[in-house]
Amino acid sequence: MDLQILTFLVVGVTFAIYIGIAFWARAGTTKEFYVAGGGIHPVANGMATAADWMSAASFISMAGLIAFYGYGGSVFLMGWTGGYVLLAMLLAPYLRKHGSFTVPEFISDRYYSKTARVVAVICLIIASVTYVIGQMKGIGVAFSRFLEVDYETGLVSGMVIVAFYATMGGMKGITYTQIAQYVIMIIAYTIPAIFISFMLTGNPIPQLGLGSEMADGTYLLDKLDQVVTQLGFAEYTTQARLSTTNMFVYTLSLMIGTAGLPHVIMRFFTVSSVKAARESAGWALVFIALLYTTAPAVAAMARLNLMQTIDQPNAEQNLAYADRPAWFKNWETTGLLKFEDKNGDGLIQYTGDKKTNEMVKVDRDIMVLANPEIAGLPNWVIAIVAAGGLAAALSTAAGLLLAIASSISHDLLKGVWRPNISEKDELKYSRISMIGAILIAGYYGFNPPDFAAGTVALAFGLAASSIFPALMMGIFSKKMNKEGAIAGMLSGIGITLLYVFQHKGIMFVQSTSFLGDMDPNWFLGIEPNAFGAIGAVVNFAVAFLVMSRTAKVPAEVEKMIENIRVPASN
Amino acid sequence: MADNNNNYWKANIALIVKCLSIWFVVSYLFGIVLVDVLNTVRLGGYKLGFWFAQQGSIYTFVILVFYYAKSMGKIDKEFGVDEK
Repeated sequence: MDLQILTFLVVGVTFAIYIGIAFWARAGTTKEFYVAGGGIHPVANGMATAADWMSAASFISMAGLIAFYGYGGSVFLMGWTGGYVLLAMLLAPYLRKHGSFTVPEFISDRYYSKTARVVAVICLIIASVTYVIGQMKGIGVAFSRFLEVDYETGLVSGMVIVAFYATMGGMKGITYTQIAQYVIMIIAYTIPAIFISFMLTGNPIPQLGLGSEMADGTYLLDKLDQVVTQLGFAEYTTQARLSTTNMFVYTLSLMIGTAGLPHVIMRFFTVSSVKAARESAGWALVFIALLYTTAPAVAAMARLNLMQTIDQPNAEQNLAYADRPAWFKNWETTGLLKFEDKNGDGLIQYTGDKKTNEMVKVDRDIMVLANPEIAGLPNWVIAIVAAGGLAAALSTAAGLLLAIASSISHDLLKGVWRPNISEKDELKYSRISMIGAILIAGYYGFNPPDFAAGTVALAFGLAASSIFPALMMGIFSKKMNKEGAIAGMLSGIGITLLYVFQHKGIMFVQSTSFLGDMDPNWFLGIEPNAFGAIGAVVNFAVAFLVMSRTAKVPAEVEKMIENIRVPASN
Repeated sequence: MADNNNNYWKANIALIVKCLSIWFVVSYLFGIVLVDVLNTVRLGGYKLGFWFAQQGSIYTFVILVFYYAKSMGKIDKEFGVDEK
């Protein structure tokens, strides 16, 4: 069947499933809207968390990043999984015990302060809005590439679907759609990987295939190292990301940031008990690890396939531009792949040397999407990959939108402005803020700001430097008071924003970067994207300093802390 | 009661320190700081340091989280603070 029709069919079926779930899982109470009623099974919540967490970036971009960074790409693999260890041991069980609907609500109760709540809401909104812009863009790109409709048409279709199930069902609708989306996503990711691993190594399990021998008896990774170094690229398995210090701090920032992202933390409010929260974190990590341990195999194999399609041992036998395959032409039309015949011989030279390299642009984001085509897999596999990419972007967008909507309706409206609002009215306003959040995200989807690429890193930096430390100190230090927590959050965010802006420009406008994006000016050689961990250290230090000079925590708050530390109700 | 809860919290902290030490060793030490040393050893087609950075650390994280959940379940019961 024609690829176009097949893709419409597969994507159409998945969308029908999401709409079906929306009708079935409508929310009737605020508890259902915010925390899906609070009785989600740990395994089901683990699966929903995995879909919530793995965004268009994990699905589309990560393997591409690793394919070009090689060993240096490990920071994403370790950083985006290791955060769940922190979440499982340092945050999730205690926050579940407290039983609030939102992250700012916990901060407000623990730090007995509406100011702390508003500061937390601001951090949450900045982090979540910047993050959701990337998802909206992912939806538009996936639609326009695979269904060959306009970017705008794709974006509107995506927005309508999310609006439908997120507004009707809130967390309840989102949870069940995320479970369906996880299944679609993992199938779409692993099927091409299994095919390719089997073709290259004879071993169908990608995690093992990556460490196996190829038909000619050399190990796949050795072969890859050989191929790339011969062409003048850095050795795949040892190329570090800048320095050891930078990799260390980058990994730490991603881990702390992961544990501090509100849309992920919120998912643990939906399970029935402390015990379930601990187990659920484990299940979430299992489902995430399935994709994350497959990604390095996808990365290495895609890189090898790409190099071997173009470059031959004898450069005179390289692929001729006139003979380039269909996928090459398709991606050329998107502008993400560019060839320039520098020496005019009609052959393609893809090398690590800027002067002779003729593949002047190979966008990293195309690796996962083009991989099945490069390997020559059947059309139905390519159609499923398209549906998987959309599922990844939609599931994360929905989780983020709920985090934004609930912080407005539950934290600002009910918590600060109108505490006496009835449950029925709050539910109505939570739906209105959901629509509002979708429109804002959609607006930025249509007019992607220049800074879209840098924003996901900023979201992690903010979550790491503000939300994570405030939550952790709230649980592990009985003495931390509101003055310390507020000062800590503000200084953590402040220094992180300052570092990112001074190198990347204020609000990412290049000309305003007063130190320039240059390595010599980096503190200890740490790149701006990796600065969240330093922001967190500043947050902790300032918080304890201010705490030591200000009033003590009230006795009833100390009681509350003692209570959240034990699973049993009193 | 207060004493019991304090001891329970100490047991929890001790378990967290143990788990996070392993978390630190497999990712930050084996995967980053000591990666070159470990890369001299091979695990099939993998250099060992590279394997820890892209595979081994993730498997260890999964095991750690389940181990923590299971051990805490026991500690909860031991101190009589489990959810009834």
